[in-house]
Amino acid sequence: MDAILLQILNGLDKGSAYALIALGLTLIFGTLGVVNFAHGAIFMIGAFCAVTLSRLLSLSFETVDPTKTDFLGNPATIKTPYVEAWFGPEFGSAMIDWAVPLAIIFSIPVMIAVGFIMERGLIKHFYKRPHADQILVTFGLAIVLQEVIKYFYGANPISTPAPEVFKGSFDFGVMFGFDPNAIIYPYWRMVYFLFAAVVIGAVFSFLRFTTFGMVVRAGMADRETVGLLGIDIDRRFTIMFGLAAAVAGMAGVMYAPILSPNYHMGMDFLVLSFVVVVVGGMGSLPGAVAAGFLLGILESFASMNEVKSILPGIDQIVIYVVAIIILLTRPRGLMGKRGVMEE
Amino acid sequence: MLGLNKTDSKFLLIVILLTLFTPFLMQPFAADSGLDQFNGGYPDLMQKVAIFGIFAVGFNILFGLTGYLSFGHAAFLGMGSYAAVWMFKLLTMNVIPAILLSMIVSGLLAVIIGYISLRRSGIYFSILTLAFAQMCYKMAYSVLTPITNGETGLQLSLSDPRILDGATESTSLPVTNIFGLAMNSSYKLEALNRVFTFNVGFYFCAIIASIAFYIAIRLFRSPFGMMLRAVKSNQQRMNYMGLNTKPYTLAAFVISGMYAGLAGGLLAAMDPLAGADRMLWTASGEVVIMTILGGAGTLMGPVLGAGVIKYLENIFSKINESVLHSWFHWLPDGLEEVVVWVFARFTGEGWHLTLGLTFMLVVTFLPGGLVEGIKRLKKLTKRGQKPKDKLDAPDPEHTPPPSKHVV
Repeated sequence: MDAILLQILNGLDKGSAYALIALGLTLIFGTLGVVNFAHGAIFMIGAFCAVTLSRLLSLSFETVDPTKTDFLGNPATIKTPYVEAWFGPEFGSAMIDWAVPLAIIFSIPVMIAVGFIMERGLIKHFYKRPHADQILVTFGLAIVLQEVIKYFYGANPISTPAPEVFKGSFDFGVMFGFDPNAIIYPYWRMVYFLFAAVVIGAVFSFLRFTTFGMVVRAGMADRETVGLLGIDIDRRFTIMFGLAAAVAGMAGVMYAPILSPNYHMGMDFLVLSFVVVVVGGMGSLPGAVAAGFLLGILESFASMNEVKSILPGIDQIVIYVVAIIILLTRPRGLMGKRGVMEE
Repeated sequence: MLGLNKTDSKFLLIVILLTLFTPFLMQPFAADSGLDQFNGGYPDLMQKVAIFGIFAVGFNILFGLTGYLSFGHAAFLGMGSYAAVWMFKLLTMNVIPAILLSMIVSGLLAVIIGYISLRRSGIYFSILTLAFAQMCYKMAYSVLTPITNGETGLQLSLSDPRILDGATESTSLPVTNIFGLAMNSSYKLEALNRVFTFNVGFYFCAIIASIAFYIAIRLFRSPFGMMLRAVKSNQQRMNYMGLNTKPYTLAAFVISGMYAGLAGGLLAAMDPLAGADRMLWTASGEVVIMTILGGAGTLMGPVLGAGVIKYLENIFSKINESVLHSWFHWLPDGLEEVVVWVFARFTGEGWHLTLGLTFMLVVTFLPGGLVEGIKRLKKLTKRGQKPKDKLDAPDPEHTPPPSKHVV
């Protein structure tokens, strides 16, 4: 029992990342009808927002401390980050420590801007083109974004630690009456899951309970009619693209402490997220979220030693196997709607 | 010639001549002319151009004719390589059995993947093939390690049985050959201040590429090819006419998978090792880029695309900042720095950036690829002579010449 619970928990953080990226993909697909292969790159840019902010905050100037000497006998130089000089040492160091959560605030405008530029600058011209062309041009864009990031940040993963408070793990099992040390779960993964739940809830309630969301949903159902009613649906869809980019970006920001950002992390997640979208059902938002968590948890179950001893290597391929089985038995995916992408 | 009409024979002849004279064509600059670095006439590059030409021609049979965009063709390439290396290990270093086996094995894999993936079309098909290829890649790294040798990659070793070759006392690894003629042997001709390299491996690839191209032409012109085009233009109509398109698309998928396997086998024949990264989905992306860049659905396009990309990849990767400085040394100092900095972003390490940008530009502005670009250029130059409305000109493919009803 505790082993099962542990695997479910382990699957949650990866599942959250899949769910967030897949949610953005589905939003873009559902509103604009575009298959966005550059969505993984947006996730990656989000992760690098966290890197950038933590680097910006640690920018420091050097002062010479005459009272101390280094090992060569010269006066020692001390590096003081600017934020510590400006806001006082305690608040400043806390800011540096909390760089990753702060990066969320920093990333939202950045990601929305990236989304706007992408949509207005490039993808707008591809609405009337076949899906193959959309895949190809966004694939090219993903390569370009990757290379740009690689130029600025190098090819090696950059470790971006979580705040000190969230380091370490807590004994999750004790809360439910299991033996101590049976279920150890890192704090940050719990934070990630809660964060993902909040973001997903926010997106859903935004679509469900605001007028704007209502118009967008109407546009997803029948774009032409909404347009005929005199509503500028294109502008709203552009905003939704920005929102989807922000969701993927935030997912990337928060994922930075779990997986040190490198320039090809986006591609790795993109392939899986597409599988998630297809399993969940193209165009279905709840489907994308459910499939994201489902596949994340399945993946972590498959990496249990008991399972691996029966089916060696299953942990590597379980997602693809499940995707293939689901696509063959339920071609529309788990919650796919009739009439979406069925040519 | 060979059952082809006049234009197609011309095409085939052009391709054969191009491949035969590649060692000359890719060595256009004299050794001491300073443009030496643009020469691509070394065996490794020429072989790659021919091999990826085969790969792209095969991919085009699927994508260009049926419109099914596969993002998993690298699986067949990798599979072909593994099969070929196993043949070198177990049977003989002769390349013929190896490439035959690699075609058969990847063909079988294509039957399985195609049978399942072709149940869906459009974006679903792309994602299914992508998922299958990633699965093969992951399996090559994990479960199948006894066969694929995992991360190290499959290599030859002295203790391999090689039943047909018999035991040798040699302490060095045997080389791949065709009936005793080693693949890596080459004949160098020094003339006109240039060194032309005639490599056995390249000519072997070139001959196979010509045959592959010939088969592709025949396929394009056959009723089967027509059927595939019909699937591309309107599959629904085909279905309503009571025609089951599945066998046709599956056949196209398997043929194109076998082309990819052949390319993989040839890669292994030129350099007998196989690694799982040949199956990575970026490798699938590469062949997509080649085909689109050249012109999907055309005969020459994929060959052109493969050649251009492989050539530029080699040349661009060689240009570093010092080379750039030697080019732009005549500029004023400050300007030189700027120009060199800008160019350095796109060359050397930045080759992928150039590739991505070029690809985006081509998809956006020139969906027909280089072939369409050439056509447009021709039209521009001819505009003065024949002012002809585009709609009036009958497309020979869709409007056959009227036949006489009354004799």
